[in-house]
Order: sequence, then structure tokens, then C-alpha cells
Amino acid sequence: MTKAITAQSLRKVYPGNPPVEALASIDVEIQDNEFFTLLGPSGCGKTTLLRLIAGFEHPTSGKLDMFGESLLDAPPYKRPINTVFQNYALFPHMTVAENIAFGLQMLGTPKASVNATVGEMMELVQMSHLADRQTGQISGGQQQRVALARALAPRPKILLLDEPLSALDFKLRKQMQLELKRLQTETGITFIFVTHDQEEALTMSDRIAVMSNGAIRQIGRPREIYDRPADRFVADFIGDTNFLPAEVISNSGEVTRLRLSSGQEVDAHARDGAQGKVTLALRPEHAELTDDGAGLLAGTLREVVYFGTDTHFHVTLDDGSDFVLRRQNSPADGNDFATGDRVGLTFPAGAAQVLRD
Amino acid sequence: MAELSNTVSQRAARNRWLLLTPALIILIFAASGPLLITLFYSFLTPGDYGGVEWKFSTDAWFGVLMQRDIFDDTLGWSDAHLSILWRSVKLSVLTTIACLFFGFPTAYFIATRPKKQREFWMLLIIIPFWTNLLIRTFAILELIRNEGTINSILIALGIIDEPIQMLFTEFSIILGMVYVYLPLMVLPIYAALERLDFRLVEAGYDLYATRFNVLRRVILPLVKPGVIAGSILVLVPSLGAYVTPRVMGGGNQLMLGNLIELQFGQGRNWPLGAALSITLLAIVMVALLAYVRAAGNEEVKHG
Ligand SMILES: Nc1ncnc2c1ncn2[C@@H]1O[C@H](COP(=O)(O)OP(=O)(O)OP(=O)(O)O)[C@@H](O)[C@H]1O
Ligand SMILES: [Mg+2]
Repeated sequence: MTKAITAQSLRKVYPGNPPVEALASIDVEIQDNEFFTLLGPSGCGKTTLLRLIAGFEHPTSGKLDMFGESLLDAPPYKRPINTVFQNYALFPHMTVAENIAFGLQMLGTPKASVNATVGEMMELVQMSHLADRQTGQISGGQQQRVALARALAPRPKILLLDEPLSALDFKLRKQMQLELKRLQTETGITFIFVTHDQEEALTMSDRIAVMSNGAIRQIGRPREIYDRPADRFVADFIGDTNFLPAEVISNSGEVTRLRLSSGQEVDAHARDGAQGKVTLALRPEHAELTDDGAGLLAGTLREVVYFGTDTHFHVTLDDGSDFVLRRQNSPADGNDFATGDRVGLTFPAGAAQVLRD
Repeated sequence: MAELSNTVSQRAARNRWLLLTPALIILIFAASGPLLITLFYSFLTPGDYGGVEWKFSTDAWFGVLMQRDIFDDTLGWSDAHLSILWRSVKLSVLTTIACLFFGFPTAYFIATRPKKQREFWMLLIIIPFWTNLLIRTFAILELIRNEGTINSILIALGIIDEPIQMLFTEFSIILGMVYVYLPLMVLPIYAALERLDFRLVEAGYDLYATRFNVLRRVILPLVKPGVIAGSILVLVPSLGAYVTPRVMGGGNQLMLGNLIELQFGQGRNWPLGAALSITLLAIVMVALLAYVRAAGNEEVKHG
């Protein structure tokens, strides 16, 4: 597979007093035709990385290649990369159609061909009926589509999307998520998508890079990120997680034998040979309630919260820590546990993940 | 009920008029009044030693563009007046273009500085404004006159033998007016640029627009109101300029302002001066009308 973007030790420090290190040292390879997502909390450097790729900022040091060739000397208007801006940045003095045509016109595309592509693009994003509207007179969702069409019209090799859905309401966002994914598959353009919404990242991406404080914590497919978080930050940021203290007994490849705080032993998953005291991450839906004494851990049921599709059980373990367990509801379920009951907790071998410190 | 609300709204309307009174008084006595007097005077006969005689005459209006030959009494175009009129329009337009040429990059430079630095640069632009117009004009004169700074330096360096005649030319008038009116161009363009969303500029670059195309297709259309306002602010006082052409033109490069002054002074032809004033006003009005129309179009488009 060809690599659309390769970054090596990419670093960006904004000058100032004090200077801000927005990107510490980024190493990442983004494949051609990939839906790649940058996920992380506010201020972690997602936009900065996009701006470096787009060419609006210059890296302080490091290498940045596109399809094997250095990008660093190319001004933004020479890079076959387009951006869907967070605020859309539509030209207010142009109509919808003029906005979409802009990139093609700047590339010197013949007029007939521009018109054809603009028509095609407006159909693609279902905006044909609003072609002659000023961009100030359309709704947020429609602006978002125009921004998308404008960025897609010149057929870029790479499309950068900076939280394009964050301004939309829940329902529209869901719908646009599916549409974006469909567009990416249909056009085969590499999408680099920025979000701080973990669910959005998990549903749309081929691969996700989880960032924090200007560094990439983990890169992987959504399942990998969710089931096998590399460290505490990733486990905490994505989904809900229970953290359990444990001690390594033995180690063979990716399977590690551990002793829990209750003294019980269990197999867990570890990326590299872990030693001594470690922290385990366990998803709430991977654990099960058992009768007291039958599980790997024991505790007291503090609260049962009914959520419609599932029920959350809040347990205080005997070592004093809190544990949350999630069980999908089914019509057959009875109310088998009540608050105040002594309960046991169990989970299958390999369900828990040993975290890197 | 209906009656009550009626009286309330009537009282509100009355109060509104009451509040407007000071503005109306100023408008009537300070703006329209003198204008009407001027218009009235332009239809009178000049007195022998200045002033007017209370006798109706349209001679002054003929005199704006025409003249009667002293010998055979035939009516012909007044070449002197026409050339002054033409010079006024030409120099004012050139001044406006030059101000735009220098003012736009200046405003752009300031608008793209970090916020804290902008105040400093704006101050540099505004400081000359606090200085008396005459002093600023004489400062330029000192620079460009034949024995002035520029010529002295050039001669001392051996680049030229004879001083370059810069003073008392149309060039020197334009130079003087550009220097004096440049802030009037920079300020509104700067205000427009400061409001400009520079992310749109980035969007332009992102969509393959070169610097020139970003300027032409993105920045200029968006700051057009500022450019138009600046152009009007420079063009209007240039058309009526009096001090600068007098000092820099040396008396033989008259502009409309000087011609008008002449009629009220040595010329002793107040009606002609009044008619010329009204003519100047008409030219300015046409320029303003063009502005309102252009700005109005803008509004319709942005709705
Ligand atoms: N032009 C700038 N000058 C100085 N510091 C900056 C600049 N732009 C961003 N920063 C800082 O760099 C860090 C990373 O910013 P960035 O915009 O990349 O974050 P982000 O991940 O996109 O956040 P968000 O999710 O809120 O958009 C932040 O601490 C921010 O304050
Ligand atoms: Mg951002």
C-alpha cells in the first residue's frame, strides 16, 4: 500500500512568551484511500497537525512527506490537499455554486468542465436546488455540505476535515457521518478527519490516532483502540473503563498471568512483557455479575441504573474501589440483584488489558 | 383602550420630534441655510468692490463654463475655467488612485500584525493628522523645492547638476495631497480588513488560489466597502482642496478651490464664486451618489 502522508519526528512550537509546544514529536503513516481519524481532547494539537499538512503552518522540525515526496517546500496552493474547515469558511460574497467552482477555476479548468463538476458535486451533496443561494442564507447542515463539495470538487489526493460535524445537531450529525463515510468509499480519496467525539471516531474510521498533549498515544483500528487500549489515557478517553490493580505472575507472549487484589488469578492481554505491579483496564460490558464468592472479585452492589437498552451496576469492591458493570437488557431478565447485595464479579480470560504506565 | 394607546403613541411621536429638534436646527441653520444663501448669491450681480448688488442675473452661471469675448462679444467656452475644472478632477482622481495604491498595502500590513502591534502602527498613521495642514504641506515643500533636501542631497552626491523642478508642478500637488489625505484612505480600509475573517484567505490558498488571486477574488470583494469609503474620503476633499494646490502649485496650477477663493478675493465676483461653489458641490454629490449606489448593491447581494 502507498503511504499518503508520512510524518517523522514532526514538531511544532508556536513562538510566543512562553512558546507553546503544540506537537512534541509526531510519527505517523497514513495510507492511501484510508479514513484516518485524529482523536483527542481540546488543545491536544489536532488542528495544528492538519495545518501542517495543509501548509498553513511550517513545522519547527521533522519531516513531512506526501506520497514519498517532501511537502515542506510547497505552499498551500500547490498541495493537492483540500480542507473542510471547522467553521466551513465559505466565501460570503459568492453563491453556493460559485463557492464550489472556486478551486477548479483557480486550477485553470476549462469553463464547461468546471460547470459539469460543480453540477456533479452539488448532486453528490444534494444541494442542486440551492445553487444560486448566497452562503449566508443556508442552514448549518447545508453549509457543511457546501464546504464538503467545495473541497471535493478539485479532486484532491487528500481531504482534511477539521471537526466538520461539531456544529450540527445530533440527528444531522449521525446522518452526515454515514454520508461522509459513503463519500470516502465512493471517491477513494484519503480522508484525515479530526474529532474529539470518540463515538464518531469509532464508527467512521479505518484507523484512529489518539492524541494528547501534542503526542500520539496510540494508532490502530477502532476495535484495537477500544479493546486493547495502550495506556491509561487512551482507556480513559475512549469509552468507560474500570481500572484494576494487579500483579504479574508470569508472562508468555501476549498472555500474562496476573493476581488480582482479591488474590484470584486470571489471564489478561499485554502488549509487551509487563512486570511487577500493573494496572488492568476492563470494559464495563466485558464483566458479569455472579453470586457472592463465585467470581474473581467480590463487593457490594451500591446502585442499579436502568438505561433502557442496558442496565449499569455500580459495585464497591472489597478493596474499596468502584467498579461499573454494564449488562444488555433482555425481556427474560429478572431483577436478580438488588442494591446492598453481596455480589461477585467475573470476566473471561483475555478480556482485560494490561496498560503501559 | 384603543384611545389610550392612541394618545400614548401620539405622545411618543411628539417626543421623538422634540428630541430631534437640536439636530433639525443645526441642519436648517448650519447646513441648508448657508447653502441656500450661496445659491441665492449665485443669481445676483457682482458689486464693484466685492459683495453683491441686489439685481437678478444668470451671468455668474454662464461664467462657470463660458465667457464673452472682450472684443466681439461672442459667447465661447471659458478655456481657463475648463482647464481648472479638468485639472481638479484629474489631480483628485490621480490622488485617490495613488492613495489607494499606497494605502491598501499599508492597511493590509497593519491589519496582519499581532493585535498589540497594530495600535502602534495606527498611531504612526494618525500622528501627522494631529499636525496642522499648513505645516505638513510646508514640510513637503521643504523636501522638494529646488534648494530643498532632496535636490541638495542629489547634487551633493553628484547624481544631478541642476535641481529637478518638482515644486509648482502637478506632481507636487499630487504628492502633497497624497501625503495629507493618505490616512483617510488607510483608516476605512484597515477597519474593513480588521473585520475580514482571515480564515477565508486560508480557504482561498487551500483551493489553489495564488496570492494575487486571493487578493482579487477573496480579499478585495470583501473589503470593497472600505475601499469605496476611503476613496470617497480622499476624493471629496481633493476636489475642493485649497491649501495644497496653493502652496505646492505656486499660483499657476489652480484648482477649483483656488478659483473660488479668487472670486471672493481679488476677482471681486461673489456670484461667480457662489456658482463655482455650487458646481463643486454638484461634482461631489455625483461622486457620493456613485458610492451610495455601489454600497447599496453590496447590501442587496449580502442581504
Ligand atoms: N497560532 C497559535 N499560537 C500559539 N499557540 C497556538 C496557536 N494555535 C494553537 N496554539 C496552541 O497549540 C495547542 C494545540 O492547539 P490546536 O489548535 O492544534 O488544538 P486542537 O487539538 O485542534 O484543539 P481543539 O479540539 O480545541 O480544536 C493549544 O495549546 C493551543 O493553545
Ligand atoms: Mg482544533
